[in-house]
Amino acid sequence: MTPDTLISALYVFALAAFLGYLVISRVPPLLHTPLMSATNAISGISLVGSIVIAGSGHSVVATILGFVAVVCSTTNVVGGFVITDRMLRMFKRKK
Amino acid sequence: MHLQTYFIEFSYLLASILFILGLKGLSHPETAKRGMHLAEFGMLMAIIGTLMHFEIVSYTWIIVGLLVGSTLGAAMGVWVPMTAMPQRTALSHAFGAFAAALVGIAEYYSYTHGYKPLVELGHLKMSAMGFEIMLGSLTTTGSLIAFGKLQGIVPGKPLVYRGQNIFNMTLLAVTIGLFIYLIFVPTAVVPFYLMLTLAFLFGILLVLPIGSADMPVVMSLLNSYAGLASAATGFVLKNNVLIIAGTLDGFSGFILSILMCRAMNRSITNVLFGAFGSAAPAGVAGEHQGVMREVSLDDIAVQLAYANKVVFVPGYGMATAQAQHAVRELADTLEKRGVTVKYGIHPVAGRMPGHMNVLLAEANVPYSSLYELEQINPEFPTTDVAVVIGANDVVNPDARDNPNSPIAGMPILEVDRAKSVVVLKRGQGKGFSGLENPLFFKDVTGMLYGDAKETLTKLVGAVQHA
Repeated sequence: MTPDTLISALYVFALAAFLGYLVISRVPPLLHTPLMSATNAISGISLVGSIVIAGSGHSVVATILGFVAVVCSTTNVVGGFVITDRMLRMFKRKK
Repeated sequence: MHLQTYFIEFSYLLASILFILGLKGLSHPETAKRGMHLAEFGMLMAIIGTLMHFEIVSYTWIIVGLLVGSTLGAAMGVWVPMTAMPQRTALSHAFGAFAAALVGIAEYYSYTHGYKPLVELGHLKMSAMGFEIMLGSLTTTGSLIAFGKLQGIVPGKPLVYRGQNIFNMTLLAVTIGLFIYLIFVPTAVVPFYLMLTLAFLFGILLVLPIGSADMPVVMSLLNSYAGLASAATGFVLKNNVLIIAGTLDGFSGFILSILMCRAMNRSITNVLFGAFGSAAPAGVAGEHQGVMREVSLDDIAVQLAYANKVVFVPGYGMATAQAQHAVRELADTLEKRGVTVKYGIHPVAGRMPGHMNVLLAEANVPYSSLYELEQINPEFPTTDVAVVIGANDVVNPDARDNPNSPIAGMPILEVDRAKSVVVLKRGQGKGFSGLENPLFFKDVTGMLYGDAKETLTKLVGAVQHA
């Protein structure tokens, strides 16, 4: 990693941290459980890294590890979003 | 840059924006659903974009993996009952963290076995990779243990032994030591795998001594670590959407942990290393003298039927008894008689943040009836009946009145200020933390023993006839 890349990555990290803090502090305790499952699903973005590894064909070991990682991440993503949807559908206001 | 690369980078940028918008939508139940759809679309775009990556030579394993994962994920999402939500979340954290760790291991393998130019594995990259793998591993095993504790497979009580904290700290120090060594000598393969194993082990030992009642904090922390592991992966792979999404998750979990700790008035180190509830500390005030007054169902039914305002205070006991639907039935019956019904939700009631809210929502309780601690406490003096359902520490007045109590300073729901209190409990036991609760001995309180679901259902009938 060149120093340039590191610095711009750090900028992204810092900005994401601030933004994350601002956005998340606005989530009411009512929605903390869907927040946990939603952020869990979003962090399943590591699927992106797994896909490349599973498909790079470098070596059997890497491909197997990549495959398992793809399965785990996808389970995370799909499961996380399905559960969050399910939970959010339940919150109704008084009729 | 190829057109391909532009497309990929653009899809990542779009995904990042949509994730942030999605989380922003969670600020209110009405905007939440739409927000999530945006986030889902963003994820889809990122995946499609990645499929065009130039490094990919074969799609077979990818497609199979995506299909298997989607099926598993959908099954888990659809079939898991709401009461098992904490367990499912813990399992999810384990999966996510494991994936991040595997990516790191696979990358390292590729570098050290000649599939990728070793010269690329500089100090900075190795550091990021190390973080990714350490965090990923310990979160995987830690989450699995959390899952075990919540499911009852692993004892919920803190498992402690002498010198435990020293041992854990030493283990952590050794792991970090190996990590630092690897930064300078990235090709040291044996230390790498050793560090990996120790990280896995540390995860187990970290969560084992934590009691089930502290799970809300642990879950939030593990959520955070899983996110940070993904962010570290982003540094390794030079992928901005990973950094952004991982950081969002990391901070979300971190903020939730702080909130949970504040709600228990304990510092985070105390929760992680204090083995709370393992043995009643000597400082606890002596056995409370006094008698717990048992009341009859019909008495309570009359009190409820003729009350002006009733507040329900649910706790983990309501979850285990699956009584949320019965609570709502009772609330409906009371509201038909013109009684004002509210719910007081303590931030750490249950086993994860927002646990009670989700259970009550599942029972069709409108969220406008759910009140937070600061909102409902001032209302207790004007409340005719406060009904405590399977909650213990969150209504324990010792937190407010007794400076020697282990829970001193913890904000509580002040039900003892209500005109009358009814406690629904299975029996005379002390609850998960083993603390005596003076609320039960107060004159204003009546105990109604039995299974919460049964009791509440009977109350519905009794109130209708009152």
